Amino acid sequence: MRKRAWWILPMAGAAAIGVHRARSGPSGDDRAHDRWLTVTVNRPAEEVRPGGRLPTPLRAFDERIEVDVRPAPGDRGTELAVRLKQPPGGARTSLPGRLAGQDPRQDLRLALRETKALLEAGEVLHPDTPPTSRETPGGRLVGLLVRRSGGEGVL
Amino acid sequence: MKALCWEGVNKLSVENVPDPELHNDQDMIVRLIAGTTCGSDLHLIGGYIPAMRAGDIIGHEFLGEVVETGPGVRRHAVGDRVVVCSFVGCGRCWYCANDLWSLCDNTNTNPGIAQAMFGYETAGIFGYSHAMGGLRGSHAEYVRVPFADYGAFPVPEGIDDTSALFCSDSVPTGWMGADLAGVKPGDVVAVWGCGAVGQMAARAALLLGAERVISIDRIPERLAMTERYIGSETIDYTAVDVAAELRERTGGRGPDVCIEAVGMEAHSDGPAHLYDQAKQQLRLQTDRPTAVRQAIHACRKGGTVFILGVFAGAVDKFPLGAVINKGLTVRGAQMHGQRYIPMLLERMAAGQLKTAHLATHTVPLEQAPQAYDMFKHKTDGCVRAVIRPAP
Ligand SMILES: NC(=O)c1ccc[n+]([C@@H]2O[C@H](COP(=O)([O-])OP(=O)(O)OC[C@H]3O[C@@H](n4cnc5c(N)ncnc54)[C@H](O)[C@@H]3O)[C@@H](O)[C@H]2O)c1
Ligand SMILES: [Zn+2]
Ligand SMILES: [Zn+2]
Repeated sequence: MRKRAWWILPMAGAAAIGVHRARSGPSGDDRAHDRWLTVTVNRPAEEVRPGGRLPTPLRAFDERIEVDVRPAPGDRGTELAVRLKQPPGGARTSLPGRLAGQDPRQDLRLALRETKALLEAGEVLHPDTPPTSRETPGGRLVGLLVRRSGGEGVL
Repeated sequence: MKALCWEGVNKLSVENVPDPELHNDQDMIVRLIAGTTCGSDLHLIGGYIPAMRAGDIIGHEFLGEVVETGPGVRRHAVGDRVVVCSFVGCGRCWYCANDLWSLCDNTNTNPGIAQAMFGYETAGIFGYSHAMGGLRGSHAEYVRVPFADYGAFPVPEGIDDTSALFCSDSVPTGWMGADLAGVKPGDVVAVWGCGAVGQMAARAALLLGAERVISIDRIPERLAMTERYIGSETIDYTAVDVAAELRERTGGRGPDVCIEAVGMEAHSDGPAHLYDQAKQQLRLQTDRPTAVRQAIHACRKGGTVFILGVFAGAVDKFPLGAVINKGLTVRGAQMHGQRYIPMLLERMAAGQLKTAHLATHTVPLEQAPQAYDMFKHKTDGCVRAVIRPAP
């Protein structure tokens, strides 16, 4: 395990920095710790929010989020930004909470990523299942980290 | 079906695993005709690439026959013989649309690990860890190919299986190195590494008009092969001072373009090697950048260094001073294969690119672990071992 686990350090470090940043925004903006989550979609704005409607993966959040759609600079498509109207806080946004997948922003980030994939490529790529051909304790640990990894920003 | 699985550091075995299935509309299933060992697999096998799980199928450079297509596949039909790009691209994100396929936004199913390591995740690759996509590898009887319309290419009649196989990964990688390094007529190009990737980079440089190409390695049969089949000059780095030799062979200027095709497990004789190896083993650095350092040092003022060798994390003693004071351009990339494969198949059909000599060994799937051992230790003159599930 030791021999191949070096990468957990940079990952944990990055996660800790992410959490630190998330909690210590500049004073003045009381929601600085709860920034907008954004992706750029390589499609024109009218396709990103046709008739003002939210794309499917985000519809589940419907009343709970604010949405902003604006053209990306140059030829880069459309920036799609979302954030929860009710900022999450407390234990759910702490590092353990995030590792346990309890931060609602993680689900929102995932929905954003899936929205982008659907709009651009027509489908969300699924991993192969089962993820590997047999279960081992080390493998399960990797699996745990990996499962969390589609969430908000880092981890 | 049978498949070659990674079971732990330096442990491979052939196992019975479930057959792959279509999971997305744009997927297809390919029956393997042939796959090959690649230098990148050695980094996996050695435990230098993160997020491998025991039981993961490896392999990413392959050719096969289409046996099943999802309802969203338009460009392929059952029975087609196809070569498949090792990186998976969705074809429609900004990166794919700009021919930067290995940077695709939509094909890494586990983006978080690469985000933590690199800032942003890169494209998925077959059989290359859960950090680099989480897709099963191709050293098996069958493999699932996502976004098949974009990553699989029909092989023209006249090209045999073994030759076409290398268009999956090593040929486009080498070509990309010479292309994105901006090789042009009149250039002198030096290439570190005479594996398949280095040989193809050298060949690409010649085809792009380089005046001279000088290939560097230490393994005699690889040096001889490169002279004979690629047409470049060679240097044995254990016999001479590489920087001095390159300087004198280039009229005192240094090579215009230096291409590194060695990677994170580079070898060297000097004391720096012991230092690098010790630090790598203690994980104080993750990679050994011997050839990169040498390339930066040897490059002419204002020249370009292109890194094709794979690195995963951080390196030590990086000669930043040489980069800035000599005004170098340093670039690297994983291969944007989809950008080059159709053109390369055409050149192959026209006889400009030859790859069959790379296949020094052919083995059935059952012997893949031994083939990797031979490839890793470069024994029996092995340059690439071709694995054929059904001989
Ligand atoms: N960028 C990409 O998309 C991409 C694609 C495929 C492979 N790769 C990488 O390219 C590299 C080469 O792949 P390969 O299949 O040719 O591997 P290989 O192991 O067959 O070849 C590597 C060669 O480098 C030589 N070498 C070792 N130390 C050296 C040094 N200090 N100076 C000069 N030569 C040295 C070895 O003797 C060997 O011949 C690997 O790092 C691999 O991961 C990158
Ligand atoms: Zn490869
Ligand atoms: Zn893409």
